[in-house]
Amino acid sequence: MESDSWQLAGLTLESRLLLGTARYPSRQILLDAISASNAELVTVSVRRVGLESESDNLYQVLRERGLELLPNTAGCFTARDAVFTAELAREALECNRVKLEVIADEDTLLPDVEALLEAAGLLVDSGFEVLPYTTDDPVIARRLEDLGCAAVMPLGAPIGTGLGIQNPLNIELICKRAGVPVIVDAGVGTASDVAAAMELGCDGVLLNTAVARARDPVRMAAAMGHAAQAGRLAYTAGRMPRKTLAEASSPWSGRVGTRDDGEAS
Amino acid sequence: MSKQELIVNGRSWPHRGEGLTELLAGMDLPADGRGVAVAVNGVIVPRERWREVKLNPGDEVDVVGAVHGG
Repeated sequence: MESDSWQLAGLTLESRLLLGTARYPSRQILLDAISASNAELVTVSVRRVGLESESDNLYQVLRERGLELLPNTAGCFTARDAVFTAELAREALECNRVKLEVIADEDTLLPDVEALLEAAGLLVDSGFEVLPYTTDDPVIARRLEDLGCAAVMPLGAPIGTGLGIQNPLNIELICKRAGVPVIVDAGVGTASDVAAAMELGCDGVLLNTAVARARDPVRMAAAMGHAAQAGRLAYTAGRMPRKTLAEASSPWSGRVGTRDDGEAS
Repeated sequence: MSKQELIVNGRSWPHRGEGLTELLAGMDLPADGRGVAVAVNGVIVPRERWREVKLNPGDEVDVVGAVHGG
């Protein structure tokens, strides 16, 4: 089958799956899950380091495996904090990509879209490739694209819920109107959710908890990778039209117990 | 806070006159500083300028790097 590589924020990727690195049972399971998923781009957070002796160099571990990093601004509630976190990430990780999160409150972890738009504009002007985590609102997605974001990343459902895509109409509309890659980010629970997102026309899916908190994360990571591929293939293959009445797939003529004119004998 | 202290990653830290490079050398960080960013009093100091930065009592130093995240 022909290559289905795609461009995201200056990267050429084969895999449609982007994986978060949080909440795995162990470092080894994380690394095995990344391998099993075939993800090439993984998210990390930026936090204070260097005081606890157990802290290790995740940056080095991931880069040694040839993985590209996408630092996030998780935990930021204001545009100012998000911009500063992105600047620290750029300095630390020597990459200008950022998964921009500006969260409204701790209960929902939903994006604060006003602050998100403000931070996105500032970061684009500072030369960042901005990948904003946003709501499934097609209007906001369009605004983010107009500001110069490198992608838009609408949520399928709130972070960590595993509820799947709650508003497929909106996700599909975002995909149809977008001139930049659309990545469903958050809310995925299992492989069929990934396939569904890809079948709606998304360019990729970013997930974390659905793998990290599966009973067997490595197995689930493989399932997610296959689902992204299957969903993408189905989307590019073009699905059949939906119908409300049955249509036999086997030939109607030549059935036993019928006459040549089709009437019952 | 004593006048002879820094604030490093939000914690009090004794200051014995060391500059930024010496402070970082005393922390648990990769020797080459790769994967790490430093801000002093809220201003990011690029890696190539760490050697030039002197620290004064009361300075707030933040040292950040990549951790597991979603």
